[in-house]
Amino acid sequence: MKKVRLATVWLDGCSGCHMSLLDMDEAILSVAKRADVVYGPLVDAQEFPKAVDVTVIEGAVSSQDDLEKVRTIRQRSKLVVALGDCAVTGNVPAMRNTTPPRKLLERIYVEGADAARGIPSDGVPALLRHAVPVHEVVRVDLHVPGCPPPAKAIAWVLGELCEGRMPDLKSKVKFG
Amino acid sequence: MADQISVRIDGEYVPACAGQTILEVARASGKYIPTLCWLENIPAAGACRLCIVEVSGVARPLPACTTPVQDGMSVTTMSESLTRYRRTTVEFLLSERNHQCAVCVSNNHCELQAMAQRLGVTSVHYSYCWPKLPVDVSHPRFVLDHNRCILCTRCVRVCAEVEGARVWDVAGRGVRSMVVCDANRPWGESRNCTSCGKCVQVCPTGAMAEKGYAVEEMVKHDANVRRLAHRQGGHV
Repeated sequence: MKKVRLATVWLDGCSGCHMSLLDMDEAILSVAKRADVVYGPLVDAQEFPKAVDVTVIEGAVSSQDDLEKVRTIRQRSKLVVALGDCAVTGNVPAMRNTTPPRKLLERIYVEGADAARGIPSDGVPALLRHAVPVHEVVRVDLHVPGCPPPAKAIAWVLGELCEGRMPDLKSKVKFG
Repeated sequence: MADQISVRIDGEYVPACAGQTILEVARASGKYIPTLCWLENIPAAGACRLCIVEVSGVARPLPACTTPVQDGMSVTTMSESLTRYRRTTVEFLLSERNHQCAVCVSNNHCELQAMAQRLGVTSVHYSYCWPKLPVDVSHPRFVLDHNRCILCTRCVRVCAEVEGARVWDVAGRGVRSMVVCDANRPWGESRNCTSCGKCVQVCPTGAMAEKGYAVEEMVKHDANVRRLAHRQGGHV
């Protein structure tokens, strides 16, 4: 049987969702049997590959770079899964949304800095006005809330997706 | 009872008396209708709109907590469209203010969070408003975080009806509505507040909390408030 091409992406989040993903113990072996991880924080690939079956996104869309990434991901993925509260609701990264980015950066890198004052601009992508959940930018096929979603829920979701079924998560997961 | 009337809920005849609300009749018969703002023995406000039900012959859904039963009434408490409306309502509540469950004192003890799960809300279809809202930490023992407030008015009603202090009210209109203390002064400067904490204990979310608790630590204990309200039962 052809293996499912699985990608995982880490946007504006704490990587807790990826830790929860790795925390599924031996269940990860059955996922590994059914899927090839073609992209992710632990994979060497630099470019997001083409023809991906399932892409799991952790984190909110917070910068220009995130925005371009999710657009590419949507184009190249059959199914997009928003994993965890940041990807689903904006969560903690979105707590900055009440302050405009310029003001925020000045507060931290100018007013709050003791040395090397100045807003970094080289090699860092520009912040969007709001950190937003993934579905505010591109279509999302499945939402898995939780901070982080429990490893068991992720294992079950990936198992179902590898079998070509769309898991019904209603009432099985919660925010926070 | 003389004023017993004929009411059907989900097709079943249930004992009902004139003057009772649909919610009271339903609960007395063990039927579940979701609520967030309702408290037993406290005047209903119809604020959260989760208890909406269908009444045959009425084109729009009606809130069960404020609609009195009538003779011959037939009520439906659960249907596909009611579930959809209730989910939408929860999504509106979540999108209107800043509810970061993960970093909330009431995480895992929150009625809004539990309701979202119960109704199967896994994402919010509407754009978040991200309003900039104050957190009132002026009271020595309690905190009011407007970011988590859903304007259920439980605090307003409990303070007025059970404690009798009438500290809380709602000011502003529409999306700008805010719970205010003593005609809009910081909680710590309130002259009427008795610091009884009833408002805190009945608050369904992390909007009102005791100081000194970290994320997930604020467990509400409303048993005393409920007992007092029950003792006053109906005399309010």
